[in-house]
Amino acid sequence: MKLNSNKKIHLLVDSVKMALIIAIACGLVSLIVFAVSEEPGAAIYNFFIGPFTSLRRIGNIVEVASPLMFTALAVIIIFGCGQFSMIAEGSFFIGTAGAMIVAISCPLPAGIHPIAAIAFAGVLGALAALIPALLKMKWNVSELVTSIMLNYVIQFFAIYLVTYYFREMESSSLCSVQFQETATLPVLIAGTRIHAGVVLALAACAAVWLCMYRTSFGTQLRITGDNALFAKYSGLKVTGVMVAAQVIAGAIAGIGGGAELLGMYNRFKWTATPGYGWTGIVVALLARNNPILVPLAAAFIAYLNVGADIMARSSDVGREMVDIIQGVMMFLIAAEALLQGWRQRMIVKAAKAEEEARA
Amino acid sequence: MNLLQYICSTEFLYMWIRVATPILLAALGAAVCNKAGVVNLGLEGIMLIAALFGVLGGAMGGNLFWGLLTGVGSALIVSAIFAYFHLILKANATLCGTAINTAATGLTVFVLQLATGEKGNSSSLRSFSFPEVEIPLIKDIPVVGDILSGHNALTYVAILMVVLVYILLYKTPLGLRMRAVGENPNAASSVGQDVVKVRFIAIIICGVLTGLGGMYLSMGYLDMFVRDMVAGRGFIALAACSMGQSTPVGALISSLVFAFFDGLSNILQVLQIPSQFVQMLPYLATIAGLTIFSIQQSMRAKRKMNRL
Repeated sequence: MKLNSNKKIHLLVDSVKMALIIAIACGLVSLIVFAVSEEPGAAIYNFFIGPFTSLRRIGNIVEVASPLMFTALAVIIIFGCGQFSMIAEGSFFIGTAGAMIVAISCPLPAGIHPIAAIAFAGVLGALAALIPALLKMKWNVSELVTSIMLNYVIQFFAIYLVTYYFREMESSSLCSVQFQETATLPVLIAGTRIHAGVVLALAACAAVWLCMYRTSFGTQLRITGDNALFAKYSGLKVTGVMVAAQVIAGAIAGIGGGAELLGMYNRFKWTATPGYGWTGIVVALLARNNPILVPLAAAFIAYLNVGADIMARSSDVGREMVDIIQGVMMFLIAAEALLQGWRQRMIVKAAKAEEEARA
Repeated sequence: MNLLQYICSTEFLYMWIRVATPILLAALGAAVCNKAGVVNLGLEGIMLIAALFGVLGGAMGGNLFWGLLTGVGSALIVSAIFAYFHLILKANATLCGTAINTAATGLTVFVLQLATGEKGNSSSLRSFSFPEVEIPLIKDIPVVGDILSGHNALTYVAILMVVLVYILLYKTPLGLRMRAVGENPNAASSVGQDVVKVRFIAIIICGVLTGLGGMYLSMGYLDMFVRDMVAGRGFIALAACSMGQSTPVGALISSLVFAFFDGLSNILQVLQIPSQFVQMLPYLATIAGLTIFSIQQSMRAKRKMNRL
């Protein structure tokens, strides 16, 4: 009975906190727009309502959410075992490069081609994540710094691959030659670009949830993340769990990179990492590290991004505003003490009420 | 040209000091923070914001003083926000740092566009750089003078800061408090130290140093702000700080090591190596350096265990 009421209080406070943060984010958007825009009404309309004005734009939200789901899942797993590796960004990007290689240079039949490309992307993503994990395990090198440095290395390596081996010579800007037609992922809903990668992303959310809450590995992972010392003295192979978790996370981010590339593009066009790994952190926080809530959180962040794009195209406010909003949201969600006093008072009150009821 | 010859040339050694300056300043800031027990991942974002606002302040106010004031001021404000969320609202430091970096990438481009109408750089603004300083006696010594004299004023400030941070950390009561709070916050607070206050001060000092490092990039190294111009130097500074075991002299030496590869990547661009590999070099060197250092540390720890 008591546990149950505590759970309810946590749920209530968490929901109110999230609602408050989303309200603050939307308020901040309006504030910035009113401060800088010549015609704030139109800009705000385009930002908030714009993403829902056509099927194609609603499709955009789903498309943008897809890569964020993968990177957010990777972040949830890595942070979940108590490690602060930022490799999701690098794993995602090396995944796109891997998928590009298979998509261009391996002739395969239609059904198998994208699967092979995405699988290869996952392997590369896992390998990338393995590097900081191993360095940490063997010699206690800070995974935070090495993973960020590795992200830069991977970025330049992928650009090198495109420039020297797969470059489209007829184009003046840097991009790869076209993928073979068998490699691209099918579009699911006509009139949008919603592709099979979205289904893969949703499946990944479900799979990660099952893995984290319904398997013994998931339990080990969560115990390790909550208290590594406790896990160690309970006889868990803590370092093994941490490395395995990071490899799985890297694979998921890599698969996300592959799915994004084959679902949305027919050439490799990036000249720098797109930053989905960092945005994935916001999504993971917004989902309260729960894989089931990831699609919802990713959709909200995607909505902000699509809104910002539409606003930037049709008014005088730059799309970079959305990065500011994401930073502020990250601050607010991370702030553990926010509303903590209220939560405490409610728990105390519930406990007292229960005591009285018993007496 | 022979590579070795080039590395030994006065031009390279001069450039080495040039590229080391921003890393050193930020690494010193990180050292103060680390000693007080706070890992400040926001260095990258603070540098970027200070770099932009230094240029903007100078252009609006019409002289260097305003640039310095707004640059340092912006770094202070961002650091105070970081400190407030981390210390008062109990947010995880890594997440706070990431939040700063995320917001800073957007904020700088957004403000740059508002101020100049462009998203790439601030070349349309008149920017005030810190002056280059000739050191009276040293500049007349033949080779040494060419290398050590004529640098940006902030370079000499950075070297001075190594001494000042050393004095702060090891010769003042505040420094002792910082180290105590960093070593064991519970023990420090049990003898009446205000952990939050001491850490707040450390984060603020770190902000000033890091801000100067950022301003050096846009008001010394180049004379304008360029989008994303910090390019991981904040993270490299963090690595330099931890390799230098958060001591000012250690930070100086590791900054020089990492800057060497940064400088090397500048001159290697003339060779027949794919430019992407050259661009990778500073980051690879950071990973390698940190790894070698950590291997050494763990071997030393093992030997100590064996002796016991």
